[in-house]
Amino acid sequence: MFADYTWAELGSIFAMQGFSGLILFAVLLLMALGLAIIFGQMGVINMAHGEFMILGAYITYLTSNLFADFLPSLFDIYFFIAMIFAFIGTFLLGMLVEWSLIRHLYKRPLDTLLATWGLSLILQQLYRTVFGPREVGVSLPDWMMGSYALTDTIEIPINGIIVMVITFVITVGVFLFLQKSRKGKQARAVVQNRAMAGAVGINTAKVDRFTFALGCGIAGIAGATFTMIGSTGPTSGQLYIVDTFLVVVFGGAASLLGTIASAFSIAQAQSIMEFFLSGSMAKVLTLLAVIVILMLRPQGLFSLKVRK
Amino acid sequence: MLQSKFKSLTPRNDVLSFVVLAVLLLVLLPLLFDIFRLNLIGKYLTFAFVAIGLVLSWGLGGILSLGQGIFFGIGGYAMAMFLKLEASTPENTAIQSTPGIPDFMDWNQLTALPWFWEPFHSFGFTLVAIIVLPAIFAYIIGAAMFKRRVGGVYFAIITQAIAAILTILIIGQQGYTGGVNGITDLRTLLGWDIRTDSAKYILYFVNAILLLAVLVAAQYIRKSKLGRLLVAMRDSEDRVRFSGYDVDNYKIFIFCIAGIFSSIGGAMFTLQVGFMSPSLIGIVPSIEMVIFAAVGGNLSIFGAVYGALIVNWAKTILSESYPEVWLFAMGALFIAVVLAFPKGLAGLYETYLQPKVDKLLDKKLKKDKAE
Amino acid sequence: MYQQKDFVLSVEGLTVSFDGFKAVNNVSFYIEEQEIRVIIGPNGAGKTTILDLICGKTKSTEGSIKFKGKELTKLREHEIVHAGVGRKFQNPSIYEDLTVFENLELSYPKGKKVWGALTFTRDQAVIDKVNEIAEMIFLKEMLQSKASLLSHGQKQWLEIGMLLIQDPELLMLDEPVAGMSVSERKQTAALLQKITQDRSVLVIEHDMHFVEEIADRVTVMHQGQVLSEGSMDHVQSDPKVIEVYLGH
Repeated sequence: MFADYTWAELGSIFAMQGFSGLILFAVLLLMALGLAIIFGQMGVINMAHGEFMILGAYITYLTSNLFADFLPSLFDIYFFIAMIFAFIGTFLLGMLVEWSLIRHLYKRPLDTLLATWGLSLILQQLYRTVFGPREVGVSLPDWMMGSYALTDTIEIPINGIIVMVITFVITVGVFLFLQKSRKGKQARAVVQNRAMAGAVGINTAKVDRFTFALGCGIAGIAGATFTMIGSTGPTSGQLYIVDTFLVVVFGGAASLLGTIASAFSIAQAQSIMEFFLSGSMAKVLTLLAVIVILMLRPQGLFSLKVRK
Repeated sequence: MLQSKFKSLTPRNDVLSFVVLAVLLLVLLPLLFDIFRLNLIGKYLTFAFVAIGLVLSWGLGGILSLGQGIFFGIGGYAMAMFLKLEASTPENTAIQSTPGIPDFMDWNQLTALPWFWEPFHSFGFTLVAIIVLPAIFAYIIGAAMFKRRVGGVYFAIITQAIAAILTILIIGQQGYTGGVNGITDLRTLLGWDIRTDSAKYILYFVNAILLLAVLVAAQYIRKSKLGRLLVAMRDSEDRVRFSGYDVDNYKIFIFCIAGIFSSIGGAMFTLQVGFMSPSLIGIVPSIEMVIFAAVGGNLSIFGAVYGALIVNWAKTILSESYPEVWLFAMGALFIAVVLAFPKGLAGLYETYLQPKVDKLLDKKLKKDKAE
Repeated sequence: MYQQKDFVLSVEGLTVSFDGFKAVNNVSFYIEEQEIRVIIGPNGAGKTTILDLICGKTKSTEGSIKFKGKELTKLREHEIVHAGVGRKFQNPSIYEDLTVFENLELSYPKGKKVWGALTFTRDQAVIDKVNEIAEMIFLKEMLQSKASLLSHGQKQWLEIGMLLIQDPELLMLDEPVAGMSVSERKQTAALLQKITQDRSVLVIEHDMHFVEEIADRVTVMHQGQVLSEGSMDHVQSDPKVIEVYLGH
C-alpha cells in the first residue's frame, strides 16, 4: 500500500495523520480518564459515559450561542468558559446519578452496566427531545480556526494544538489531584480499604459521590473538546463508548500511565491506517488488534502482579 | 429408579409451565391473531432463543455476554445467504451486468461470487453451518477468555466490542455482505415461496416447535449435574476448581450452547421476516437481548420467552404510536429490573401467583385420590 | 519412583515472588504417609501461600513439589485434585444456593468432564456414599437443607466432607476450627483423628490447644521461611520460635 508514494510524501502523510491521530488521542484520553477513575477506582461500569460527554458538548454549544447573542465582544474566549460550565454541569448530573442509582449497585458491576445503559437511553432521548434529532455544531472564534504551516506539505490546525494543550493540562491536573490533594488521597484510600477508610473518619459515601461526579465532570470537558473536531448529536456519545472501554481495559484498568499509552496507540493506529484503508476497515483492524492482544494478555498493558 | 429420575427432572411446576406455554404458542396465539400479527409474534419468539441462551450462560453461569447478536447474526446471515443465492438465479438477475450473483454484489462491481459464499448453495451445508459456526466462534472467544480467567465485566466489554467490530465490518464490506441494508429480497426456500400467508403460518409453527425443543434442552441442562455445577461456580468458583473440575471447559460449553441457541433464533428470524441486517447484530440489539432475559427473570428459562414476547410487543406498540416515549420506557425498564425486580417476571410469579397455583393443584390431587 | 519411600509429599526449595517480594522463600519439608502435619506461624508468614502453591492456585517461581513422585508444579488445578490432593479453604467455601446433598454430590468423583456432568445420574452408589459422609460430618439430618442455612461450624464440616468424598491421599486444611465453638472444635478434632487413619493431612492452624491435640509434627514458618520443625515439644522449646512469638 506504500508503493504509490515517495518517501517525502509518506513522511508528510505520517506526520499529518499522526497529528490528526493526536486529536483522536486527546478525546479518547479525556473520555478514558473519567471512565478509568469510575471503573478503576470504584468498579462501576458507566455505559452512560458517552452521554455525559455529549452533555458537555451541548453545554458548550449553548454557551457559544449565549456569547454570540449577548456577549459578542467576549466570543474569543467563550470556549474556556464553556469548558468550565461543561465540567460543572456534568459534575452535578454525576452527583445526582450516583445518589439516585449507582450507590445502590456497588459490588454488582454487571448490574451497574445494565442500569447505566438504561440511563444512557433515557439521556439520549432527552437530548433528542430538547435539542432535536439533528446534529449541531459550534462556531469557533476566528483565532482558533487557522492552521500553522510547519513545512510546505505539513499543516497543523490551531484547534488541534489547543485540544492537545487542554488534554495535557487536564491529565496532569487529574494525576496531581489524585496523588497530592486531600480529597484525592481520600478517594484512593476508600478504594484500597473501604472499611478502614470509614473507620478513620472518611465519609466513604461522600467520597464515592465525589469520585463518580469527578469522572463525569472530566467526560464533560471531553465533550467540550469534542465540539472542536465533530458535530454533536443525541447518539454521538454511543459511538465512543466501546472504544473508550477498550482504551481503559487495554491500558490496565488501574493505571493512569497505561490509559495514556493505550489511548495513544489506539488513536495512532487507527488514524494512520485510515489514510491507506477505508475508515471502517481501519477501525475494524485497530479494535481487532486490541482484542487479540487482550486475549493474549488480559491484564492489559500495565499491571501489577499482586498477592491475592 | 427410572421413574424417580424422571420425576426429579420434571417437577410439577416445570411441567405445568411447559404445558401452559405450549398451549399459548401452538393454540391460543394462532387462534387470536391474524397472520400479520402472528408473524410479528414469530419474530419476537426468535429473540426468545437468545434469551434462553442468556438464562443459561448469564443467569446460571454468571457469564454475561453483551454480544449475543453476533450469534444471532451468524445464524441469520447463514440462512439469508442461502436464500439470497436461491433468489439470484441467472434468470432473475438477467438485467445485471453479472447475472447469477446477488444484486448488491453487482451494484458494488463484483463480477464473481466470493469464495465464502459458494458453500451456501447447499441447504445441508447451511443447516450445519447454523449449528456449527456459532459453536466454533463461541469456542474461540470462550477458550481465549476463560482459559485466561477473564470473566465478569471484562468478558462483557470484550463481547460487546466484538459485536461492534462485526457490525462495522459488515457495513464496511458492502459488496460481500449487502452493507447496512443487509441481505434483502429473499423469496423461496427450496422452491417454496416463503412470502405467502400459508408459508408464514407454517414457519410460525416450525419456529414455535423449535423453541419448545430448545426449552426442553435448556431445561435438561439446567436440571443436570452440569446445571448444578454452574450454580456452584457462581457461588464459589475456586471450590469447584479444587474439587477436580476444569471450570473453564464448563464455561466454554455453556457459552457455546447459548451461541447455538441464538444462531437458531437468527436463522428463524431470516425465514420469517425475510431479511437479515447488521441492525440486529450490533451493540444495541445485543444488549436489548439481555433485557429480554432480565425482564423474564435471568434464572427462569420460561421467563425468558415471556420476557422476549412482552418487551418486543411493548416496543412495537410504543414505537408505532409514541416513538419518543419508547427509549424512555426502555431505559426505565433497564433500571427497574436491576433496582426493583432483580428476579424479573419469574420472581413476581413465584411470589404472588405460584402459592395459589400450588394450592389449587394440591386440592385437585386430594380430590383425585379421594375418588 | 519415590524420592524416599515414605514421603507422600516432598517440597523442595519452593519459592514464589510477587514483584520481588518473596512470600515463600526456599521452603523445604517432607510429609510421611498417614502423618498429620501442622504449619503454624504469625500472620503473613506464607502459610496459606504454601497451600496455594501445592494445589496449583498460585504458580511457583522456583522449586519443586512432588506428590508420590509426581511433579505438581507443572499440573493444572483439576489435575492436581485428580492426582489425590484435596484442599479446604480458610473461609468455608461451599455452594450456598445448593442443598447439602448436592454440595456433597458435586464432589463425588464421577462425571467430572463436561459430557460426564451432562449425563450424570444419581445412582444408589452416589446416594450411599453421600449418606455415609454426611453421617461422618454430623450433617445426616441436614441433607435436604440449603447450605446457606448451616451454622459457620457446620459449613466447615461440609467443606471437609466435600473433600472426604473425593477420598484424597493428601488432605490440606486451612484453619479448620476457626470460628468454632468449644464443642464443635472437639467434634472436629475427633473427626480429623478418624479421617486421617488412611491418609496424610496438612493443616494450618492458630489454635495451639488444637494443634497439640492433633499434630504429629509441626512446621513453624516466619517471613516466608521455615523457622523450625519437629514435635510440638521440640518447636515450643526452640529459642528461635520463642523469639518470634514473644520476642522484640
